[in-house]
Amino acid sequence: MSLLDFARGTALQWSLYIFVVGIIWRILGAALVMRRKDMSQARISGAERVKEGAMTILTRSVPPETFEKRIRFSHITGYLWHIGYFVVVLFFIPHILFIKSFLGFEWPGLPNPMILVIGAITLATLVALLVRRMTHPVLKLISTADDYISWLVAALPLITGYMVVARVGLHYETLLGLHVLSFCLLLIWFPFGKLMHVFFIFPSRYNVGAIFARRGVRV
Amino acid sequence: MTDNKTLAERLRERGVSRRGFMKFCAATASMMALPPLMIPRIAAALEQARRPSVIWLSFQECTGCTESLTRSHAPTIEGLIFDHISLDYHHTLQAAAGDAAEHAREAAMQENEGEYLLVVDGSIPLKDDGIYSTIAGITNLSMLEDVAAGAAAIISVGTCAAFGGIPHANPNPTGAVGVSEIITDKPIVNVPGCPPIPTVITGVLAHYLTFGRLPELDSLNRPMVFFGQTIHDRCYRRPFYERGQFADTFDDEGARKGWCLFKLGCKGPTTYNACATAKWNDSVSFPIQAGHGCIGCSEPNFWDKGAFYEPLSAGRWGTPAALGAAVVAGAAIGLGSAALARKRQAEASEEKDI
Repeated sequence: MSLLDFARGTALQWSLYIFVVGIIWRILGAALVMRRKDMSQARISGAERVKEGAMTILTRSVPPETFEKRIRFSHITGYLWHIGYFVVVLFFIPHILFIKSFLGFEWPGLPNPMILVIGAITLATLVALLVRRMTHPVLKLISTADDYISWLVAALPLITGYMVVARVGLHYETLLGLHVLSFCLLLIWFPFGKLMHVFFIFPSRYNVGAIFARRGVRV
Repeated sequence: MTDNKTLAERLRERGVSRRGFMKFCAATASMMALPPLMIPRIAAALEQARRPSVIWLSFQECTGCTESLTRSHAPTIEGLIFDHISLDYHHTLQAAAGDAAEHAREAAMQENEGEYLLVVDGSIPLKDDGIYSTIAGITNLSMLEDVAAGAAAIISVGTCAAFGGIPHANPNPTGAVGVSEIITDKPIVNVPGCPPIPTVITGVLAHYLTFGRLPELDSLNRPMVFFGQTIHDRCYRRPFYERGQFADTFDDEGARKGWCLFKLGCKGPTTYNACATAKWNDSVSFPIQAGHGCIGCSEPNFWDKGAFYEPLSAGRWGTPAALGAAVVAGAAIGLGSAALARKRQAEASEEKDI
């Protein structure tokens, strides 16, 4: 069995199983945990709370005016790399075919040169964010191993993807195998590290908005 | 049997002009990525070359490799090069049969001890002492070991001889393997393909006749000059891949416009061969040009690498049942951990109340 066969076969299957087990475990664990009863009197109705919760998802997606200048760098780079990452993952045609083999349907992709440019910008942004994390005194202080591991497992598929395109050093199929393995690593780490924010970020924002709204505070 | 005529004399006998011969030498130099300065050397070497003795052993095979070489197109100088070797033993091509054929092999081995070339096509069955394929009552394994012992070098022609090929495919009932898994003390050149490109076979022979040694090989013992790049790298449809223009079926607009066949399972990106440059039938075409994706026939285990029509980037995600089991396991662990957390929360709350 070649590395590529192992990567897109056995390794992919087991990492997917671990991903599924981990995601459901984390989501159920968080959803079913006992919550303290809110003893305060509700200032608004249940329907309004839902509306305020939903609004918070949107309002938290743009920086508050007060902090805009101070968080501009992380705000812009954050959007840049997230959007770039999704474009590379979802619009590179071999990736679409990879996802199609799981979901059963496909959608139009982008030409390779466009993906390469977007991927390069994404990777450069990720590197800039890492450098900032390692040099900024406050960020450095509050960073944990989880931050660095999550950065690495998110960046590795991009790095190995470029290695595949550029045929760096090894045979194409070996590099492709490493690329798929880096994705497997991402799947395995995903439920257990900060990457889980993909699933938690919007419910968390909603929850915060709804709780505050119940007490008559708009955030 | 061997004689003393040189290749130049043989070509003249067949009516090949000096100009035609030099064109062949230039094409050979180009094919083997040699500088133009080497053309006179190739010509001189080939002109003076004596017929080397070649023993061709056919084991578990379909004769496609021989057919590829002998019936590829109208006779050419490549074919005459093949004629130039002293083919002392070849089931399909020799006139002799039975004991006479085996005696011819034994005589050639004795006369050319340590100097003959051994060409093998077909895999060798090892299971049950190799009884699944025998010639004149001799197992392929025994005959290979016997003939290889006195050979100067071995050329494994076709994917079966190189890597086991289709007989080696799962479940491999005969325990088939390629030559290099049995013979480890001789120089071996693998010329894989199902079948291999005729000009690649003759190119290796021409290289041996010219330089008296085998060409530079890659990690799978394939000549670098022919197997150094993937079909995808040299494919004329590559620009369509880069532009994201693909055929979705074999009869859609993309297919008619000659767009890339990656979505239809083309294995060109992982297949190392010269099909896209040397082509077939006197350089007329090759499978991708004919509208079908590469099936990767010159790669080890090509038959067991998934469906021919599955895109190379498709994942093998496992069964829905296994995925369902993962969902159930995740739910069970999630519910269990939530129940445990609630119990702890309740206990902590009680302690606080006390």
